[in-house]
Amino acid sequence: MEAVLIELTVNGRRRTAENVWAGESLLYVLRERLGLRGSKDACEQGECGSCSVYLNGDLVCSCLVSAGQAHGAEVLTIEGLADGESLHPIQQAYVSEGAVQCGFCTPGLILATHCLLDANSDPSDDEIREALAGNLCRCTGYEKIVTAVRLAALEMAVR
Amino acid sequence: MALKTENPAAVPINGGTDLMVEINFARRRPASLLDLSHLDVLRRWRKSNGTVELGAGVTYTDVLEHLSSDLPALAIASRTVGSPQIRNRGTIAGNLATASPAGDAHPPLLATRAMVRVESMRGVREVPIGGFFAGPKRNVLEPDELIRSVVVPSARGPQQFSKVGTRNAMVIAVVSFALAIDVPNRHVGTGIGSAAPTPIEAVDAAAYLDHELARGGYWDEHRELPEGMEDRFGELVAAAARPIDDVRGSAPYRVHALRVMARRTLRWAWSALATDGSRAD
Repeated sequence: MEAVLIELTVNGRRRTAENVWAGESLLYVLRERLGLRGSKDACEQGECGSCSVYLNGDLVCSCLVSAGQAHGAEVLTIEGLADGESLHPIQQAYVSEGAVQCGFCTPGLILATHCLLDANSDPSDDEIREALAGNLCRCTGYEKIVTAVRLAALEMAVR
Repeated sequence: MALKTENPAAVPINGGTDLMVEINFARRRPASLLDLSHLDVLRRWRKSNGTVELGAGVTYTDVLEHLSSDLPALAIASRTVGSPQIRNRGTIAGNLATASPAGDAHPPLLATRAMVRVESMRGVREVPIGGFFAGPKRNVLEPDELIRSVVVPSARGPQQFSKVGTRNAMVIAVVSFALAIDVPNRHVGTGIGSAAPTPIEAVDAAAYLDHELARGGYWDEHRELPEGMEDRFGELVAAAARPIDDVRGSAPYRVHALRVMARRTLRWAWSALATDGSRAD
């Protein structure tokens, strides 16, 4: 495959990446070509969810999207969630509840939480677990993560 | 289609949930990719004449959010696929293109006798699902052909799907089974996954059930099934399997699990019919 030029919108900004191999992943483009290291590179097979981003409004594993497919797309990564210096309520809830330990899985989990609460502002524990089933955490045992999601739901309902 | 004809080595990509894994791990280096994900026309489905035609870009999320009453078994199966992230990208047609014996969509498509609409510059042909799989990860697509859509009959009675895996998400089926009761046609369709070189129907089990249900008058009045019928059905489904031992499970375990799943899905589906209180005309 030849090298191509990719244009896409990331976190509201037009970005271009040159000399992209069309078969490389969107995750690689984000991390290595655009310098956005918030999306994590772990399993590269869609198992762990640590590379989760929004692609044209859908939560996806960016490791499974080819760079060519992302041309012209609108992407939201973890870097686009906070409002300047003030954290998004979901990020704040993860911090408050101690749902972050090593932090590697956190960006993906926060975006998966965002996707859940966007569709369902008051999820049950089962719904939380199902929505986060594609995001692996090897530190917390998930209890504090589920608590953080409940807190975020409450905080966001109050606003 | 012209691109695929000129360049048959181009590998089609849509959700990428199978292909990108192969590329990321350098198991495959396609000379070129043919991106279908930008074709909005493929993302649509159309209901007509008692069928739902799923465009090749229809995802698992689409099926479980919008088509669960028309295609219950496929919707249940779709919900067991991967995670939200995978279901948002993976497509029913992509499952068929990969043609893994463990593909979750396959048992429901077999149980409902779906049809795969295949297209090339030479025209369109329709392949019954039973003739679509050619071997493990092989199907009957020619190099210049692409899947255009999958035509699935809308439910004509209760349907069920069951899958065994090591957790409730992100699992490749150890074994799976789908069952579709077709009330007007007095037929019970079956589909077995992950227990033979390709997904298969349990032909003898379905024939047994069709015969016994007709003989006992169960289609005229949806009474509870008599003792032994579920067990016998389970045995015949298990007998249809030709499983192997692999990292996900042993062959004897798969046969055992199939027997249980067949029995249970029949009980669940038939009791939905019986408690419905509905009588066939």
